[in-house]
Amino acid sequence: MAGRWSIEPTPLVELGTLNRKGGVRLLAKLEWQLPTGSVKDRPAVAMMADARERGLLTPGVRLLEPSSGNTGIALARLARLAGIHLTVVAPSNISPERKQLLRSFGAELIESPGEEGSNGAIAFAGRMHAEGDWLMLDQYSNPANPLSHELTTGPEILGAVERVDVLVAALGTGGTLMGTGRSLRRAHPDVKVIAVEPPAGEAISGLRSLEDGYVPPIFDPNQIDGKILVRTAQAVAMTRRLLDEEGLFAGLSSGAVVHAALKWVERLDTGVVVAILPDGGWKYLSFDVWGGTIDDAAERVGGSTYF
Amino acid sequence: MTSARIILPRILRPFAGGAGVVEASGGTVGEAFRDVAQRYPDLGRQLLAADQVHVFLNVFVDEEDIRYLSGLETPLEESTEITILPAVAGGR
Repeated sequence: MAGRWSIEPTPLVELGTLNRKGGVRLLAKLEWQLPTGSVKDRPAVAMMADARERGLLTPGVRLLEPSSGNTGIALARLARLAGIHLTVVAPSNISPERKQLLRSFGAELIESPGEEGSNGAIAFAGRMHAEGDWLMLDQYSNPANPLSHELTTGPEILGAVERVDVLVAALGTGGTLMGTGRSLRRAHPDVKVIAVEPPAGEAISGLRSLEDGYVPPIFDPNQIDGKILVRTAQAVAMTRRLLDEEGLFAGLSSGAVVHAALKWVERLDTGVVVAILPDGGWKYLSFDVWGGTIDDAAERVGGSTYF
Repeated sequence: MTSARIILPRILRPFAGGAGVVEASGGTVGEAFRDVAQRYPDLGRQLLAADQVHVFLNVFVDEEDIRYLSGLETPLEESTEITILPAVAGGR
């Protein structure tokens, strides 16, 4: 039992074919090696353990979480182990594999309007939470989310490599960037923490006004040193190169992160760039990210939430 | 005077007569925004409040967030693309 509630270190591998620049190392942390295949096992374990320690996981408690997939799947595994019911609110346009995985792991799935993206799922879950008797761990505001990275992701990197000059990670809740950043900065005060942003704001057609915008409470923009916009076609292209050149079956957000990380490789004369690859390719098969032209594949991904 | 293309997200297009791209001139992002505001005052009010970028907007010059460059003082090269995106939730 205890082993299933702990996190084993994930591999940190050299991307020595994609990166041909001498003097600069590009290392990828393969988070799909975690139990449910994504980085989200880290915050899920930490948030559930925290809730358990605070006595919140009482018999009959019902968990509720807005998630476009990975967090919901990771929480569902633990909820089942703990014998607790979990309801996940996800945008209707997440990939079919994600829906199937949520149900397979035992979660009840409620779909929020796809055109409203994750914003819509957060708002929908917020209304349910206000009206009913739910326990919402809330990955967007729960300090255990960044703390899980401060206590595991960061130390794993520090234990594997002697120096880190740049950390590149996807910006979703901000948990990976905040927590890993804090840990790395203590050892290497000059490390640059770089966020990768998907063009999601454009894809979400259901946004009515700018005031509907959302910045996760756990994300402090002052704790990062740069933010790079990576377009879907660029993410598709790099996801394919990861498979073709490195033999890594990566997901789309991993492709986006490596695209941005290579920009930083180009800027350095010497140093180490560490990229956090959030998940593998399995949950993207229905988009056929690897088939046909890059633009057609990007079109198939369309407005679907993939960060 | 440098000219730039400002790529607008869907949510801001109604303030520019439906256009997805507007041309602007200026040596910095701030100058380009003020140039656009003269022609599209409603768009200008969405982009800037009290001479600051709206809190729920992210502005990218050549795919870099200007918050981590020089903000509204970020210089523009000839035919730079400025991409504007609303701040929305990511996260899985």
